[in-house]
Amino acid sequence: MRVTRALNEKSLPIIRYQQLNCIADRFAARIANNASPKNIKNIMSDALTVAERRRPWLLLAPTLITLAVLMVIPMIIMFTYSFHVYLGNGRDQPDFYLGNWAEFFTDGYYHYGIWQTARIAAITTVMCALMGYPAAYCIAMSRFRRKWMLLLLLILPFWISFIIRTLSWIHILGEQGAINATLRWLGLISEPIPMLYNEGSVIMGMIHFLLPYMILNVYVSLEGIDRNLVSAARTLGCTAWQAFREVTLPLSLPGLAAGCLLCFVLAAGSYVTPLILGGPSNFLFGNLVFDAVMAELNWPMGATLSMVLLILLGAIAAIYSRYMGLSRIYKGLSR
Amino acid sequence: MTQGEPTVELRRVTLGYGGFIAVKDVDLTVPTGTFVTLLGPSGCGKTTILRAIAGLVPALGGEIIIKGRRVNDVPIHKRNIGLVFQNYALFPHKTVFDNVAFGLKYRGVDKAAIEKRVKRALDVVRLPGVESKLPSELSGGQQQRIALARAVVIEPDVLLLDEPLSALDANLREEMRVELKSIQRTLGITTIFVTHDQEEALALSDCVVVMDHGRIEQAGAPEEVYRWPASRFVADFLGQSNLLPGQIIDVANSGATVRLSGGGEILVRNGAGAQLGQAVETVIRAHRVMVRPPGHETGPNLFDGRVQSVAYLGGMAAYVIEGEIGVHAINTIDRQIFREGDRVQVSIAPEDCVLLDDKGLRIGH
Repeated sequence: MRVTRALNEKSLPIIRYQQLNCIADRFAARIANNASPKNIKNIMSDALTVAERRRPWLLLAPTLITLAVLMVIPMIIMFTYSFHVYLGNGRDQPDFYLGNWAEFFTDGYYHYGIWQTARIAAITTVMCALMGYPAAYCIAMSRFRRKWMLLLLLILPFWISFIIRTLSWIHILGEQGAINATLRWLGLISEPIPMLYNEGSVIMGMIHFLLPYMILNVYVSLEGIDRNLVSAARTLGCTAWQAFREVTLPLSLPGLAAGCLLCFVLAAGSYVTPLILGGPSNFLFGNLVFDAVMAELNWPMGATLSMVLLILLGAIAAIYSRYMGLSRIYKGLSR
Repeated sequence: MTQGEPTVELRRVTLGYGGFIAVKDVDLTVPTGTFVTLLGPSGCGKTTILRAIAGLVPALGGEIIIKGRRVNDVPIHKRNIGLVFQNYALFPHKTVFDNVAFGLKYRGVDKAAIEKRVKRALDVVRLPGVESKLPSELSGGQQQRIALARAVVIEPDVLLLDEPLSALDANLREEMRVELKSIQRTLGITTIFVTHDQEEALALSDCVVVMDHGRIEQAGAPEEVYRWPASRFVADFLGQSNLLPGQIIDVANSGATVRLSGGGEILVRNGAGAQLGQAVETVIRAHRVMVRPPGHETGPNLFDGRVQSVAYLGGMAAYVIEGEIGVHAINTIDRQIFREGDRVQVSIAPEDCVLLDDKGLRIGH
């Protein structure tokens, strides 16, 4: 019984391969018979049987259904909520009311929120890039045999709850925290230095949780660079630094850009970090949504602000994918 | 072969990394303008030598001298070296022009001159007009030419080629081989070529350096290395050879006579220094074992035999002969091809035999 199962599992890839070959043969035959470029698309779909054409959709179905039920539909509901009228005391009424949107467009407080969010997210992203790139470079170039262990160290913090990791900063930066206590014990200060509940501590907390994303992205693109390219640049007259600037850096830009996008979007969308580590003025746009929904129970305004954040971050991702998608770097790498 | 001031000289060079010695005490001289090939199986240290000359691998001992200058401590970018990689290593994010111009830019050549020299280099590799393309838009053979153009445009002291043809398919490889040789001749550039393909080595080189286990087994002109293998390894690695064990039973002015363990006696012309009774191996190239119809020839080293098997190779046929002497033979088919079971006469010229001692080293010469 066991043997037959093992055999079946082993032979599975072979069967798939044969199927692929079979499909390829059918393509080839039809293209040979009927080779106008116009027809090729039709031929490609004709060559697949109904079952074969259905297969990708079957495989995608669980993901598509999950996304639809848990993402698309709730967001549509959210969007309709932004047109509801808020009646006070957590009650609202379905309507086509533009007041929430008008309030967002006219109230300078929200605009300031967007500006502050963009600024803090940008600073965080730049810091992550500056700190993450050298780390990724060291891991990628390391001759250490168990490289996976270095990567594991990078992912290790994810095993601890995000909230606990964020709260831990209070014990480091707080008035009775590790830094102040040490400095006081050394007699360097008499009054604790205020390090918590300001913009710096918010950025610190966000770098703490975003840095691995940056490092992993940069690492992957550095790993993909042919080492001979650097050697080639060196033999052609580059110093090590010039070779880095001419070859390694430009070829790792896609990874750096992906890391930056991820860091920026995640930073701009976060609200827990400013909630725990920020002062009253260090809010991000996410905190405005949180306040509208949780504190004021004003769901229509919360929905409006959520949609704004979604549209802004979506636009940034779209601009990125359009720019990077057309860039020469990508083209150069896609051989 | 131009005999002049050597361009590259290795003196008792030892190379290795991480406690592993890849090359030990190697001496090598590459005269200016010549095409020298390092030939050997993978892992023999040939690529390591090439990378050491380029400066990519540090020398653990000995001296590397380029154009009379000791370069052991000269950093890579200050050695004037053109290196072509097996996988081309073209910069994928730069156009062909920028790839070829790269080395010139770092040599401070002015823009107008760069343009002229890049154009000339692309003409030399017969790929004019591709300046604005990206490497990924070119075929493998074209990328290889660009890599060559990029290496020669800087007019390096020495051109290093690391198995540059091995990534190409068979037809293209042959074509590029001819082209490579003609480019090298045209430019008169000193070239060190690394390959594991003996045909490539014999076809291209002024000098073939056969390597094994980090040591040079033999260095010499292709004909010399092929005809007079200095060791068992060279005899075995280069071409197809019969290695017949035996014992010297007579030494005379005309040569030595060997009694073969498998039966038969064979006269060997080049056995100066062979001792009576010494155990030897006789090396005979398969191409030099002549298979003829019975009673066809007279002279020494004639054996009767029978064709045990035959493989038809087009212009040639490969035979396995059994009988008085058991040998492999590869012969041009002139009139007829012998069939399995045919009676034949095998003749081996005494000049075509080489004797190896019990350590696998050549006796005589």
